[in-house]
Amino acid sequence: MSSLKSDMQDYKELLSQYLKTKDEAVLYQAEQFSKQSIQQNISPDEVINVHYQALQELIPNIDESVQDSFQFLIETMISYGLAYQEHQVLREKQIELKSEIGVAANMQNTLLKTSVPSANAMDIGVKSVPAKEMNGDYHHFIKDEQGNIGVAVADVIGKGIPAAFCMSMIKFAMESFTENQIYPQWILESLNRVVGRNVDKGMFVTMFYGLYDVYTHQFYYASAGHEPCYVLREETGEFEEIDAKGLLLGVESTVQYEQLQTAINPNDLIVLLTDGVTECRVDGRFIEQEEVLNVIKAHAHLESQEIVDHVFKYFERLQDFQLRDDFTLVVMKRNDG
Amino acid sequence: MKETVSSVAIKKEWDIVAARQAGRQISQRLGFGSVDQARITTAISELARNIYLYAKEGEIIFDEVHDLPKVGLKIIAKDKGPGINDLSAAMKDGYSTSGGLGAGLPGVKRLMDEFDMESGDTGTKVTVIKWARP
Repeated sequence: MSSLKSDMQDYKELLSQYLKTKDEAVLYQAEQFSKQSIQQNISPDEVINVHYQALQELIPNIDESVQDSFQFLIETMISYGLAYQEHQVLREKQIELKSEIGVAANMQNTLLKTSVPSANAMDIGVKSVPAKEMNGDYHHFIKDEQGNIGVAVADVIGKGIPAAFCMSMIKFAMESFTENQIYPQWILESLNRVVGRNVDKGMFVTMFYGLYDVYTHQFYYASAGHEPCYVLREETGEFEEIDAKGLLLGVESTVQYEQLQTAINPNDLIVLLTDGVTECRVDGRFIEQEEVLNVIKAHAHLESQEIVDHVFKYFERLQDFQLRDDFTLVVMKRNDG
Repeated sequence: MKETVSSVAIKKEWDIVAARQAGRQISQRLGFGSVDQARITTAISELARNIYLYAKEGEIIFDEVHDLPKVGLKIIAKDKGPGINDLSAAMKDGYSTSGGLGAGLPGVKRLMDEFDMESGDTGTKVTVIKWARP
């Protein structure tokens, strides 16, 4: 209260100066006063009262109806004062929530961490960026004792925190599989059971799973309702779509997934992505898949990591640096020889 | 130490005005300033409107409290309505009252100095006190 009293004195002096001089400098000080009042949580009704009190002292014979009008104004402003205080409380809560989500997002990053395997046969690049703090996309690498590389790219239908929880579960399920169980068909069938048993109805996961055999250079793959993926053939310079039939994970309790395979030649480029890449929206229109592929093709001579970084930068800029959807892109290039 | 000053029955919307009027007269007599008077009457409005909207019938009771050297006004809002199930939720900012634009119970708590509430099958009783600034 004492600070309010001293503020009131300040206000009275400012007002008196202004009434005499109409000086812009005093108005500037009034601006400072209002900022200070906000910092001290002084509500609008209180400011009007301060004005009223100051006015009474500065102009002793103030008209009675003017006095009454101030009572009327103060009464009118009480609810504004309350709304203002409520706003302050909610703002603090929002900051609190934001920092909690930040902690959760960090934890998610730790939980879902997967390292890009180094392999002589393959050069691998990955870029995965969440639209909001929590990522609903997921990618995972496995390398078995023979050096074969398993790769998964997944997208939870639904975003944010529930999606993130779901992803953690899928990751731990995948890690529990033993090394002789890394064939795409088997993995999707198992994951489908896990998701169906443990996740609420209405949450679905799409996944593309591939296994690269480093000896035969065959790429085995299966898809649970995921975006088609692509192979950029060195020989023709054209993209070849790779897709396999299969329901989304978690829709039905037992699903059989189709497993296909394709031969990968030196310098062929395997591209795995989520719909955040192919359905990224710019000014209300969806970017054509071809546009994505063209950007990849234009940089195909670079190292895989450079390719994905270029693609991401390209789309980040197109979307004015505000991603609408989680973005995940994996590029795997077969090395020469 | 204290005496019951008066009470106003709340049955129709216009009774809210009568309750405000009674509250204003007492707070003027007790020496509350204009802002505090406005706060007290806004709190009374809120409490009376809650009775009118949710319990249909109840009363607002005014008590003078003397806790020397302090003087205060105690307001009790009582009804025999369905009660409030989740008191904690009702005290959270953003809990809908009076169509969402009312100050709600958190607002009443902010306007006054002391706040207490009981609610059960037999109705709700909200007790608030505002102390006059010396």
